[in-house]
Formats: sequence, structure tokens, C-alpha cells
Amino acid sequence: MTGMVALYIFMLAAFTGYEVIARVPVILHTPLMSGSNFVHGIVLVGAMVALGGAQTPLEKAIGFVGVLLAAGNAVGGYVVTERMLEMFKASGTRRAGKGPH
Amino acid sequence: MPAWMSADLAIQASYFVTAVLFIMGLKRMSSPVTARSGILWAGAGMAVATAITFLYPSMTNYGLIVPAMLIGSVLAWWSGKRVAMTNMPQMIALYNGMGGGAAAAIAAVELYRGGTAGYVTTTLAVAGGIIGAVSFSGSAVAFGKLQGLITRSLRFGGQQLLNLLLLAAALTLGALVAAGVNSSFAVLTGFFVVALVLGISMTLPIGGADMPVVISLYNALTGLAVGLEGFVLENAAMIIAGTVVGSAGTLLTQLMARAMNRSLGNVLFSGFGDTGGPATGAVTGSLKPIEASDVGVMLAFAQKVIVVPGYGMAVAQAQHKIWELCQLLIERGVQLRFAIHPVAGRMPGHMNVLLAEAGVPYDLISDLDEINAEFETADVALIIGANDVVNPVARTDKSSPIYGMPILNADKAKNVIVIKRGQGAGFSGIENALFYLDNTRMLYGDAQKAGAQLIQAIKAVG
Repeated sequence: MTGMVALYIFMLAAFTGYEVIARVPVILHTPLMSGSNFVHGIVLVGAMVALGGAQTPLEKAIGFVGVLLAAGNAVGGYVVTERMLEMFKASGTRRAGKGPH
Repeated sequence: MPAWMSADLAIQASYFVTAVLFIMGLKRMSSPVTARSGILWAGAGMAVATAITFLYPSMTNYGLIVPAMLIGSVLAWWSGKRVAMTNMPQMIALYNGMGGGAAAAIAAVELYRGGTAGYVTTTLAVAGGIIGAVSFSGSAVAFGKLQGLITRSLRFGGQQLLNLLLLAAALTLGALVAAGVNSSFAVLTGFFVVALVLGISMTLPIGGADMPVVISLYNALTGLAVGLEGFVLENAAMIIAGTVVGSAGTLLTQLMARAMNRSLGNVLFSGFGDTGGPATGAVTGSLKPIEASDVGVMLAFAQKVIVVPGYGMAVAQAQHKIWELCQLLIERGVQLRFAIHPVAGRMPGHMNVLLAEAGVPYDLISDLDEINAEFETADVALIIGANDVVNPVARTDKSSPIYGMPILNADKAKNVIVIKRGQGAGFSGIENALFYLDNTRMLYGDAQKAGAQLIQAIKAVG
């Protein structure tokens, strides 16, 4: 990947992030922050690669902590976002599928 | 396997799919109708990317990777499943800090290893390292504050100067590494330590009320750090996902700050947002208490009721009781709406999450712009544990710290009932003029108990 291509990817991704969020209603701010928090959990793949290439004990130790933290970010972010969004229901759908709780 | 189907191609193709799924997922998460499916899409993307990464060429240390993933996942799964909805903001801070720490760890491994070739890559690794480290330690402090582990906001003279010095020190050490002048063990370690201390000392003086903005900011920073480390590792999925979150998070941070009528600079560099500010401006009149039974009658025979929930309701875990009360009123034919201030609760949208947990359909919930004109025609505005967001001095008193903040016009309703635990001032420490108005009555008690009493009272009306 050349530097210029990388820069273009960076620029386009930045605009994409802005556009995707631009019209979000306030009621979804917290879940969306949580959802974007989950998305940067992709750092897990980077942490895996970093630990996969670590050689000295120090690098391995830091890499281990990195993978552990990244997995926490991804899994924790997913669980809490899913829990929050699961509860958003309109009155119509709620009546139709009223659960036992 | 045909020659064109190399592991590398499979990895790149999978990362491409992941990037698409992430963006589609985030897009779906920005509407309440599709939000639930959005996280499933993004989750699928994450699963694809993680699985394919095991095929990375020349990977070693599987014996370390798998246990680290398992430990991190299990701990996060366990904590994420059992956290109460009221504590959601600090959990987001915690998981976000972990992501920042992971980005910093990637930078550390690559820099200690000398795995970054060329000034550009090294500079990106250093930049991602400092941002990730600040996000890590800063988010940890934010978590501690919201969780009540850190109760005091540490402030002293020259604090801004100290932060500036720390920033300068981190940048200098980082520049030494990036320019290839000196990337010895000592310099690298010093760089990361200073960056971590900077995150702590930046966040300590910020008051609890401003924490949501800070968490959102660190969320954006972590995204940026992940994107930068993505460049270092030439990992397209990280670059795209990290950058998308970086820019989306920046926008969210601005939206939140604007909803609180604060600029980001204000949040980071001034002390407001903490309790203890002296009450400004004299408030005239007296607080007029009322009995639950009288409120019950008033509500039962009202045509239109607007409920304004605040953090007091969340603390008392009263959202279920209040919804039970509201359902009774709706059955009686009362026109009922919930009015949510953008910063009600501890984070924009937090109150919506709590109401959703209780089972309130989102179409009964209106935000400030939709509902403000309707207060004039409402018979009762029922304020439950909200304070600053309904304080009319924000409209009138220029000397007030909350002057200019958009508020819910609850004072325009024919009757205002305030459910409140005691007579203290709000989170900002400002006296609330609404409580002293002629059409306002105070129902003292915790929201949970008051809700139960009101339910009794309305049932008694028959």
C-alpha cells in the first residue's frame, strides 16, 4: 500500500464516518457511541499480528496485554451495545411480540 | 488450492468484507428501526476479520494469542452482561480505554522490536502510541470517577502548565524516536510512561457532569489511534474502521458538547461540571410541598401530561415504576409523553436507554425540539429527578453557569410537579428557579417510592 493510496483511504473513511453519523437522533447517541466503541475493537486483529511477530519476552508480554485488552474492547463493546439496542422497540412491534417479561 | 487463492488474498478480501459490514452496521445503528440489526452486522464483520487473521503468514505465539483472547473475552462478556443500565456510561469508558491500551501496546511492540521501517511509519506508530496511551489512562480515570472510585476532582494552581509540560515531554521523546535519533529502551519506555501520566492528569480535574463528553472524545481518539496503527501494520480493516470511528466520534463529541452548551475547550480546560459551585442569583418565593394523593387526583383527571425524567429517576432505578404509573394514566385516556433533554442522565441518549429498558416504546419519547412547544398546552409537567435541564435561569440569568443551555420549558405547563429526594441543588450546584414558581409543587421522596404512592393514589381515584 503506497503512502498516497493510504492517505486517500484515510480521507474517504473520515468522510464516511461523518456522513454515517450526521443525521442520528439524540435517542441513539449512547448506543451509537457504544457501537462505534465496538467497531474500533478491530484493534484486536492488529494486536494479534503484533503478538504474532513478537520475539523478546518484553514484546511478548506487551503483546499479550494488547491482545487481552483488545479482546475486551471487542467483546465488551458488542455485549453492551447489543443489550442496549435489543430494548429499542416501537409501540406497534411491542404489542405484537409481547414477551413473558 | 488454485494459485490465485493465496492466504494473503483471502485475508485482504475478508478485511474488505469486514469494512463494508462495519460501515453498513453503523449506518443501521443510526435509526431506531434498524439499530438492532446494525450491531449484528458489525459483529459479523468482527468475527470474519478475527477468524481470518489466524491465517496471517509467519504468525507465531499462538500459545499466547489464544489464551489472551480467551481471558479478555470472558472477562468482558461477564462484566458486560451483568452491568446495570444506569452504569452503562462507565462501562463504555472502560471498554474504550482497553481499545486505546491495545493500540498503544501495538505501537510498543512494533517500536521495541524496531519493526517500523522509515520515518513516516515510525511517526505514525509514535502518534498512535501517544493517543492510545492517553485514551487508555484517561478512560480509566473517567471510569473511576463515574463508578465512584475517584470522588474528588484534583485541582491545583499550575495544573494546565503541568499538563502542557507533560505533553511537551511526550512529544519530545516521541520525536526522538520518530526521527531515529534515539529509540533506546529508556527513551521508548519514558515516552509511554509520560503519555500514560498525561492521560491521567488531563482527566483528573474534569468534573463528573462533563464526563460523557470526555468519554466520547476518548472514543474518537481510540478510533484514531487504531487507524494510525493500521497504517503501521498495513492493515486496511484497521485503517478504515479506526478512521470511521475517529471522525464519527468527533462529530458525536461535538453534538454532545453543543447539547450542553459547552465547547470542547471549555470541558477540557475549565473546572465547571463539578459539584460545589456557589448558587448565583437570588431566587424568590418558597418551596410548596404536596401530598402524593393530591398529585394522583391531578394526574388522573389531566388531559395531557408530560413526564420529564432525570438522573434522579435513574439513581432510584425507578424507570419501571414510573412506566407502570404512566401506563395507568394512558389507560385512563391521558395523553402522555416523555420529554428527554439531550443530556438527561449521564450521557446523551442514556435516559432513552433506561426508559427502553423499562419497556417504554420509543414513539412516546420526544426530544427537546419536538416537545418544547407542547408544554404550554400540558396540564401537568411531572419532573422526576431532573434539575438543571428544566431550570429557567438558563434562559434569563446571564451570570448563571448554565446560561444559554437549551432547557425543557416545563415552567410553561399549567401545573408542575417535582419529585425530588431532598431540597439540595442540582448537579451543577445551581438553585432551581422552577421549584419556586407559583404553579410548582414539590413531592419529596425517592422516585421509586413516590412512583408507588402515585400508583396507589391513582388506583384509589378509580
